[in-house]
Amino acid sequence: MWTKLLITGAYALWFLGESTQASRLPFHDLFGFGMSLQSVLTALGGGILIGLSATIFLLLNGRIAGISNIVAGLWRPERGDIWWRLCFILGLMAGGSTLAIFHPDAFGEIPSHSFGVLSLAGFLVGYGARTANGCTSGHGVCGLSRRSLRSLMATGTFILTGIATVYLVNHVFLQPR
Amino acid sequence: MKYVSAFVCGWLFALGLGMAGMTRPSKIIGFLDVAGSWDPTLLIVMAGAVGVASSLFPWVLKREQPVLEARFQVPEKRAIDARLLTGAALFGIGWGLSGYCPGPALVSLISFKAPIWTFVMWMVVGLGLRPKSD
Repeated sequence: MWTKLLITGAYALWFLGESTQASRLPFHDLFGFGMSLQSVLTALGGGILIGLSATIFLLLNGRIAGISNIVAGLWRPERGDIWWRLCFILGLMAGGSTLAIFHPDAFGEIPSHSFGVLSLAGFLVGYGARTANGCTSGHGVCGLSRRSLRSLMATGTFILTGIATVYLVNHVFLQPR
Repeated sequence: MKYVSAFVCGWLFALGLGMAGMTRPSKIIGFLDVAGSWDPTLLIVMAGAVGVASSLFPWVLKREQPVLEARFQVPEKRAIDARLLTGAALFGIGWGLSGYCPGPALVSLISFKAPIWTFVMWMVVGLGLRPKSD
């Protein structure tokens, strides 16, 4: 029953978004940031799905849906602690396949850095998330939802260094992206 | 059952990320580019996700135990230490360079492009280098 309700809700949001795109009402720039009503609704709907997923996971499996820690736990596996991690990761990839079939626009181009820079970026994301014990999902979504000050500090820190990095790349070095 | 629920939650999580546009690096970089044409999408996604989760988490955690497991495994750590802040700082640099964090990166593997596989490979290496802090 819940799944049906969920899917219907997501569809309704999506449909509303798609239908407003075609209309002539001033929905194309709601807040002056170039965001259409459609992009606001799909962003909100996507966020709600993420929040629901994290809530259902906590309710059923009793764990935090933090992607970096789910993956990192596979490096030092303990008995009975492997399969749920693999299943969650497989679920993510299945979700990726579903998107690739029904909503291929969801995927964008990775910035055209050299392989060296991309490797460094990947390494920093992994190593940093492990060091901080969480990433955008663990600290950003779940941690903030648990009103954890630790997570708030982590989220604030990675947004700040992210802003500094993008500033350097886009406005100082002016690399193509 | 707990494996099925993990799979379904992963699937739902990925759909949410994709629908929200978080699998598009340009959205992330646009959010972080405060000196350029700022894109607030990520903020709206976070509002949706945190809005739902923060209103439902307390109700879930009132239970004695989760439905399919013996106990809740929620981080108890409170300390704001150098490890947390340096880790988050490094994470942010990689995030700003690529526009990917771990979830969207794994979801995007399906596009079978060499750059994203390179990124994820190094991300997984980075995730394995340190033991969990406690």
